[in-house]
Amino acid sequence: MFDILGPVTVGPSSSHTAGAVRIGLVCRTLLGGEVRRALITFYGSFADTYKGHGTDKAVVGGLLGFDTDNEKIKESLRIAEFRGMVYGIRTAEDIRYHPNTVVIEAAAGDRKVKVKGESTGGGSIRIAGINDFQVDAVCLLDTMVIMHRDTPGILAEMTRVFASNGYNIGNLRLSRAKRDGNAVTVVETDVPVDADTGAQIREIKGVSDVVSIPRF
Amino acid sequence: MDINSIDHILDEAAKNSQPIWQVVLSEEQKDSGMTADEIRGRVEEAYRVMKTAAVSGISSDMKSISGLTGGDAARYYNHIRNRKNVLGAASAKAMAYALATGGYNAAMGVIVAAPTAGAAGILPGVLIAAQEEYGLAERDIINALITASGIGAVIASRASISGASGGCQAECGSAAAMAAAALCEAMGCTPRQCVNAAALALKNSLGLVCDPVAGLVEVPCIKRNGIYAVLAMAAADMAMAGIESFIPPDEVIDAMFQIGMNMPPCLKETAEGGLAVTPTGLAAKRRIN
Repeated sequence: MFDILGPVTVGPSSSHTAGAVRIGLVCRTLLGGEVRRALITFYGSFADTYKGHGTDKAVVGGLLGFDTDNEKIKESLRIAEFRGMVYGIRTAEDIRYHPNTVVIEAAAGDRKVKVKGESTGGGSIRIAGINDFQVDAVCLLDTMVIMHRDTPGILAEMTRVFASNGYNIGNLRLSRAKRDGNAVTVVETDVPVDADTGAQIREIKGVSDVVSIPRF
Repeated sequence: MDINSIDHILDEAAKNSQPIWQVVLSEEQKDSGMTADEIRGRVEEAYRVMKTAAVSGISSDMKSISGLTGGDAARYYNHIRNRKNVLGAASAKAMAYALATGGYNAAMGVIVAAPTAGAAGILPGVLIAAQEEYGLAERDIINALITASGIGAVIASRASISGASGGCQAECGSAAAMAAAALCEAMGCTPRQCVNAAALALKNSLGLVCDPVAGLVEVPCIKRNGIYAVLAMAAADMAMAGIESFIPPDEVIDAMFQIGMNMPPCLKETAEGGLAVTPTGLAAKRRIN
């Protein structure tokens, strides 16, 4: 219901502004701290119209931790400078990409992440890539992103932890660059996963990082 | 919330002798796990945001971020204050508030996408004006917003509420359908009158293309919010008189979907056709970039 009567958001466009804020927010959550540097690349319609839609302000606002309804988004570029966040904005073309795509390469402390986000309309988004791994996360359910080595049995270990803590997995996708390399698994659950379960996942041999993204 | 037909809403309403808002509220409770009071609370908050946006939009002559638009809501509101309006008081105010919300949206103000940011002025325009002119209770307005979201949910499920996939009929058309049904609900009409108001509004928005100048939610979007708020009121007025849509609501929504599918991509938000490629539209685009 509140996807029809909502979201409550700064204008002017649910796809070019609200969705862009949310992609920035996801990127910030993945970094887990104050974003220091960000390179933002707009594609397609985002590249053509980002100035007039304030898509740049929206993404930077999300990176600063502003939700879609935060009036400070209008001033986010100035606030970013004030907070010492260095950002760059550029445009590029790739006809294979969704028309409203942004790629954000950002860093917080010694953590770095590269997120490819698509704004799919009405404020809905899809995270299509994390660190060059293809993923598919729409963030309508509680989402956990797990970075790990691509080793036999690791997925069974993860699902065992979810099961033994009573979580029902709604959707799970493992994506890997090459065999025996690194992989990322995105798990969607009906309810938020508690910190203790997250810690148990982190303890699994071969898991390097676990981040929970709350649903919108 | 996944309600996929207006007939289903009407059946449920008839079965339990309930108004539409009650049917929609029950569905949302089942779906979200929220209590009725929690849902009402969120709708009340949405209405507060709507009123703030409409009032802020009217009282300022701020420019949009691109600089293309701004000030029309204040201009029209002065026209009403000077009693020069040809429209009746309620529809004139609805147009003023819808213009104001559209302008506020273009200036990056906080709005409620209803169902989208581009069409965010129509539903609040109609309801705020009706509340002021007819002294409607806050509770009736909240119920009306719940009914509107039910109508919008059916349209999103059967067709689309995105200009990129269905053209402006999917955005302003859907918003007008939601607003027409909401106004009937607020005025105490029957469920049948509410859904017929929605059908009449949507029917008269069919074929509307999305051809924004420079790809921005400004021209023609802001003024279209104003005009379609009036269209929504006209549709509600017909339904209140007992006039029904010859084509039933679900079939009108299906027709909207089919028309959207047949609409060429250049007329679906890409800014590659229509008003966007007129000499004036292209010149405006060059000025911004």
